[in-house]
Amino acid sequence: MEFIPHTAEQREEMLEAIGLTMADLFGDIPPALMAKSFNLPQGLSEQEVRNRLAELAGKNSIDLTLFLGGGFYDHFIPSAVYSIISRSEFYTSYTPYQPEISQGTLQAIYEFQSAICRLTDMEVSNASLYDGGTAMYEAMMMALRITGRNKVIVDDSINPIYRVMIHSYTRNLQIDLAETHCVDGLANRDEILARLDDDTAAIIVQTPNFFGCIDDFTDLAEAAHKKGALLVVSCYPVSLGILKTPGAMGADIVMGEGQSLGMPMSFGGPYLGFMTSRKKYVRKMPGRVVGETLDRNDRRAFVLTLQAREQHIRREKATSNVCSNEALCALTALVYLSLLGKQGLKETAQRCADKASYAYQRLTAIPGVKPHFRAKWFFNEFVLDLPCEAADVIAKLIERGFAAGYPLSRYYEGMENSILICVTEKRTKQQIGMLAEALESVL
Amino acid sequence: MNLIFEKSVPGRTGVLPGPSDVPGTVNIPQSLLREQSAGMPELSELDVIRHFTELSRRNFGVDTNFYPLGSCTMKYNPKVAERIAGYPGFAHLHPLLPQLRMGGMLTQGALAILYEMDLLLREITGMAGFTMQPMAGAHGELTGMMIMAAYHREKGNKKSLVLAPDSAHGTNPASAAIAGYRVVTVPSDDRGVMDVKALKGQLSDEVAGVMLTCPNTLGLFNADIREICDLIHSVDGLAYYDGANLNAVVGKARPGDFGFDIVHLNLHKTFATPHGGGGPGAGPVGVKDKLVPYLPVSIVVKRDDGTYSLEYDRPKSIGYIAPFYGNFGIIVRAYVYILMLGGEGLRHVAETAVLNANYIRAKLRDHYKPAVDRICKHECVFSTTEEMAANGIHALDIAKALIDLGFHPPTVYFPTTVKEAMMIEPTETENKETLDAFIEAMIELAELAEKDPEKLKAAPISAPVSRPNETAAAKNLNIAYL
Repeated sequence: MEFIPHTAEQREEMLEAIGLTMADLFGDIPPALMAKSFNLPQGLSEQEVRNRLAELAGKNSIDLTLFLGGGFYDHFIPSAVYSIISRSEFYTSYTPYQPEISQGTLQAIYEFQSAICRLTDMEVSNASLYDGGTAMYEAMMMALRITGRNKVIVDDSINPIYRVMIHSYTRNLQIDLAETHCVDGLANRDEILARLDDDTAAIIVQTPNFFGCIDDFTDLAEAAHKKGALLVVSCYPVSLGILKTPGAMGADIVMGEGQSLGMPMSFGGPYLGFMTSRKKYVRKMPGRVVGETLDRNDRRAFVLTLQAREQHIRREKATSNVCSNEALCALTALVYLSLLGKQGLKETAQRCADKASYAYQRLTAIPGVKPHFRAKWFFNEFVLDLPCEAADVIAKLIERGFAAGYPLSRYYEGMENSILICVTEKRTKQQIGMLAEALESVL
Repeated sequence: MNLIFEKSVPGRTGVLPGPSDVPGTVNIPQSLLREQSAGMPELSELDVIRHFTELSRRNFGVDTNFYPLGSCTMKYNPKVAERIAGYPGFAHLHPLLPQLRMGGMLTQGALAILYEMDLLLREITGMAGFTMQPMAGAHGELTGMMIMAAYHREKGNKKSLVLAPDSAHGTNPASAAIAGYRVVTVPSDDRGVMDVKALKGQLSDEVAGVMLTCPNTLGLFNADIREICDLIHSVDGLAYYDGANLNAVVGKARPGDFGFDIVHLNLHKTFATPHGGGGPGAGPVGVKDKLVPYLPVSIVVKRDDGTYSLEYDRPKSIGYIAPFYGNFGIIVRAYVYILMLGGEGLRHVAETAVLNANYIRAKLRDHYKPAVDRICKHECVFSTTEEMAANGIHALDIAKALIDLGFHPPTVYFPTTVKEAMMIEPTETENKETLDAFIEAMIELAELAEKDPEKLKAAPISAPVSRPNETAAAKNLNIAYL
């Protein structure tokens, strides 16, 4: 099926108006450069394509009970979220270059920036970045720009996927990446402070970290600032319904993955990178930014602002190459936060923590199952040591209908028996009980 | 219009989670908790729906208005693709599942789509392999530059320069710069395309490669494109194809045949996935044979038994540029689109897009100043005439006046090589009646620009707001309501 409206007569009429044939219209391409043929399939009708894709969707297992997180979460999504983001005035528009007819998108982005600032307790936000990993890379680059320094300290309790992304992105750049190894589930203070020097642009840490442990980086912010370095904190937005904010800790740049704010997991994307910072650094921030102003009649209006930082003006001197970002995902997050509201967000976060705590008690009561870290506070994920290889146990539990968690051996040496288990507000007491029974039976 | 925060009523609640079904609540120490609840709006579900519905009405979209925004390919986004991307088998799939032992078997449908999309895009572009990971066009450019750097590092080439035409999208030089290259601008010749003579003058062993769109941002096909690629290859440089304008040649010609080594595609342009008000998009990158080893991890491979798996062991790879497999939900939509159109449908896309652009060009060439007066591809670029300029009328005034006539303006002031540029890209999905109405509107505005310029300068008068004060926005910075 094609989506082309012209009839044969209209096509002829138009060619006549131009005074050329269809062949003429492509006559500017040297014949040698035209493709001889394409080995592409014949088109399908809507009915055919729906059947075909339904069959492919059916080959994906979505009936597993998910205790799998690792930075990407199965939260409840209110129906109204989808109703709003399905409005085509939002999703079929583009970057709001013409503010007069883009006030919907522009005000929504301004409100998104406000919501993320409020959530993280920071002063300025951009309009979004691709995902948490690229947001971390952009935060690192921003810190290098602000300080004019060349060294970055990254603790390995951050999401290891982002750690490998940072390595990939910095390969062509002469950046000194110092990696520290977490102790007892928290960022390694001794190592970080030992590496912190006058060349350090930033310390990058995460809370709750990849192991689910809650950390307070107030001490690291102070230490960083004493050396003229910045503190970059990666965070999990839903957790900020109850947890101490990076802003209150003294962070300079806050970023994270926003998928948990109303986006389905969708096999890895589209997701939402977010970034907030201090007002004094706003001109060094990457990405689009929307600001409030007045129109000619003194009515409130919103526009893209601080564009002098951006690629379409500054070209090779831009703060980043970001152009399209994830506007519809930012809208999704804003609608999600608006629907849950002050109370709903707090209760959702509390529910996650309560259910995770209950699961932790149930699972650690199983003989041979022990917490990996010494007693520490966690949000909705925790690490357990099993009496045997975790990957093996997880495979067995898949057969029983559970995605029971993530095997940490993939990224951490000496953690062959460790499993990262996640519990969101969607999991029920009954599901947790069934997981405990299934786990006990396969050990 | 009030902000959602201004509508908030203390104590009102929206969507709350149900009561807890587990015993007890966890008491995280106060020192680890936030002091005050996050200042989210306190509204009912209907309050929220009304607010965002009202906001949506303050937007133009492809579904509401003709949107000839040049270089953005604002074509119709088929509804079936939205529906399919929302199938629970896709939307509810956790990205870490394939990393579990035997977990790949739980996601065979998704892996099949990524694999087949790779094959389809190879055929469309003439490349040897694709990564689906880049999450936007500019992200694809950066990925391509990282591949370029890896290639030269492996060969021991010392390269520091990337060439880009003066008409390039701003993302091209920005992407090359953040990949560690210095950018050298190559001027256009009087035909509006890259000046081969100037290019020859800038060639040296320091040149890592060139970044080009073809057709370029003036909508012109560069007949010398093969020679340009050959020249770049003569210094062991690589030719990078910015696929932003692929809609002009899709199904007709392949960038791989032009001589390009690396290609990125904007699935949200050529392959009809929605622009979302500025993303999410997707920018898959394809490369020729010799560059396949450098593609990011992971890659989907098909095993002898017909099942799909993810390959992580790629020693020469540039590494991870995304956490997983790219914007999968967008890739599904583009896959649906390609399956529906098939090879012939794609050819009709290019032909009709070019027909529509030339129709507008032919009808407006006597009323505005063509940037280059010759056959264009998917878009045409005009400037205001001298008479208009004498009346103080700028491209921006024409753009704003179009709003009052019900049209989204073209891209203005780009490419920067053309003064007072208006870049019009109608796309293939617009019917003749719409094109005629737009042409009529443009002619009416050209006349108005001579007869009643003040009326144009006052536009728009029918939009939710008149022209905002952008200078004040940057000066008195207010970017969050706190």
